[in-house]
Amino acid sequence: MMDLSVIKKYLREYDASDIHIMEVCGSHTAAIRKLGIPSLLSEHIHLISGPGCPVCVTASSYIDKLLQLARAGKCIVTFGDLIRVMGSTSSLSIEKGRGARVEVVYSPFDLVKMAKSEPETTFIFAAIGFETTTPIYALLLEQLLAENINNVQLLTALKTMPPVIEHLCVLGAPINGFLAPGHVSVVTGSDIFLPIAKKYHLPFGVSGFLGDELLTAIYGIVKAKDKGCVMNFYPSVVCAKGNQKAQECVQKYFVKTDAAWRGMGIISDSGLKIREAYSMYDAGSADLMEDKKSNQACRCDEVLMGTIAPTQCPLYKKVCNPLNPQGACMVSSEGSCHAYYTNG
Amino acid sequence: MSENYVTMAHGSGGLETQKLIDEIFATAFGNKYLSQMEDSTIVDGSHKIALTTDSFVVTPIEFLGGDIGRLCICGTVNDLLMRGATPKYLTCGFIIEEGASIVSLKKIAQSMEATAKEANIFIVAGDTKVVNGKGDIYINTTGVGFIDEKQEELGAKRCEQGDSIIVSGKLGEHHAAILSSRMNIENQIQSDCAPLNHMVMALLREKIQIHAMRDVTRGGLATILKELAVVSQKDFIIGEDSLPVSSTVKDFCGLLGLDPLYMGNEGKMVAVVSKNHAQKALEIIQNSPYGHDAAIIGQVEDGNGKLLMKTSIGGLRNLEVLTGEGLPRIC
Repeated sequence: MMDLSVIKKYLREYDASDIHIMEVCGSHTAAIRKLGIPSLLSEHIHLISGPGCPVCVTASSYIDKLLQLARAGKCIVTFGDLIRVMGSTSSLSIEKGRGARVEVVYSPFDLVKMAKSEPETTFIFAAIGFETTTPIYALLLEQLLAENINNVQLLTALKTMPPVIEHLCVLGAPINGFLAPGHVSVVTGSDIFLPIAKKYHLPFGVSGFLGDELLTAIYGIVKAKDKGCVMNFYPSVVCAKGNQKAQECVQKYFVKTDAAWRGMGIISDSGLKIREAYSMYDAGSADLMEDKKSNQACRCDEVLMGTIAPTQCPLYKKVCNPLNPQGACMVSSEGSCHAYYTNG
Repeated sequence: MSENYVTMAHGSGGLETQKLIDEIFATAFGNKYLSQMEDSTIVDGSHKIALTTDSFVVTPIEFLGGDIGRLCICGTVNDLLMRGATPKYLTCGFIIEEGASIVSLKKIAQSMEATAKEANIFIVAGDTKVVNGKGDIYINTTGVGFIDEKQEELGAKRCEQGDSIIVSGKLGEHHAAILSSRMNIENQIQSDCAPLNHMVMALLREKIQIHAMRDVTRGGLATILKELAVVSQKDFIIGEDSLPVSSTVKDFCGLLGLDPLYMGNEGKMVAVVSKNHAQKALEIIQNSPYGHDAAIIGQVEDGNGKLLMKTSIGGLRNLEVLTGEGLPRIC
């Protein structure tokens, strides 16, 4: 690895044409803000937060469906952040206050214990996420099958990264390079970004989450401007082909489908759904394609596509804050608006 | 007491209530004030006084490094100390749910008394109520402290440009201990729950120019410093590399996506002191019980209420107060 002081000097003093680099991983967004990385870059290097936070890209109809299941007496099991995301009129948090049962877990496998101890309750797992999380859901399905557990279903809104990145390229978003997601790449392998890199002549730098890793990747991307290439700056855990066992497991239970992205519409083949053979575990995930803003002035859609910074939204820090989020990007600690709000 | 659990009869005001008070609380807390056993207690005093109250609803009630009994004394004692007051008297109110274990209650009372002795404060009045429930115990404590008339009042508004910011020890330990216990994560993290009277009294005795002190509890260091910055309308600048955090807590936070800057302690304080007294203050704190790992973490600068942290890679991070709940009850 190059000397970090050389990298920092180069990035601080860079004065060639402006370069816009998008990160498409919520953990990158959070790490960049926490480390204060923008303060180390020249004013000609712009970091843009893209659609990398799974909570932020989940369409309102998905939340509405969860609320409908909660009101029908099912127990909704979810990771923490999702409970505060607004559907078209309400959120899981609001419904919980009205008496619905919503359980927050750190691992989907906690659900197996709950399901066994309460066989008369139907549990719905809110299965959202990118390539990183989907293998866990595949393993969960495997365990449900193996143990013949019949009182658990998944409501899925699973998404994959390459189609949405390509979608942004097709739309002509002002992006000169991508900070490729570290965790996603562990599963998919870094080669997955190669076709897009070549087609659109854009450099991709796969990065870890520490300060030196991020700065090195940003440096690599700036140096490779206009070159269609994929550079792996996270070789300790990422390889070209990825985790093939995880990929096979996902293949077994899931199949490609069109998916609705909050604020961005439906993107072909950008999601995964449970295969027909295992449809008994699906809580009705098909056709959740509608997406309504709960506040019409919210510009999360443009934030997600990188066309505006969170600070350019008229609601930011006014009516929209982490206690009263108007859009999903302000809910999750990995959301762009939340990261800007909490770390400036 | 022959019974093992608290019943509604213990809250009747009759014989059972009397037995509960006599056999647990009066036995544990006996002192010349409490033994008056009247409707109110008469205490000595002719000082300017500091008053504070706090309620403790922590689950679990016992955790590595302490219990709700120790916590309910430390919380109130430390709040008094932070205004430069000498803790003197404390009252306690128990809300006990039916089914609570008598053994637990005795342990809590003993823990309260031991901590009160350590903090040099008298428990002078108390109350118990028994309510329906599933055996949980809640405690409110109110404290009275005396303030030296000649001493300048401590408060955020007195923070000045150039002041040094000192934190008295490692961050996040109470919070991490409670979370570990709730989540059944086995580790060695102990709550830092402790009374800070020796430390604060030593600083006052040595006439250190302290401008503000705060107990680093819920919301964590960042929330407290941001509040001080906003009230004083100065910028508070801290260095990530100077922050005392144990590697175990750091790793624990890393795994769960938490930030030690926003995790609560129950035996740590932050002191804003004149720059020319900073080194002496640091030595006093480091030589006091519970202050061994104290550090100067930054300074106050002219500005408009920002809290900024120089990150380990040289970046500048703007910190805001903690928002949202996120985490379970910890005190």
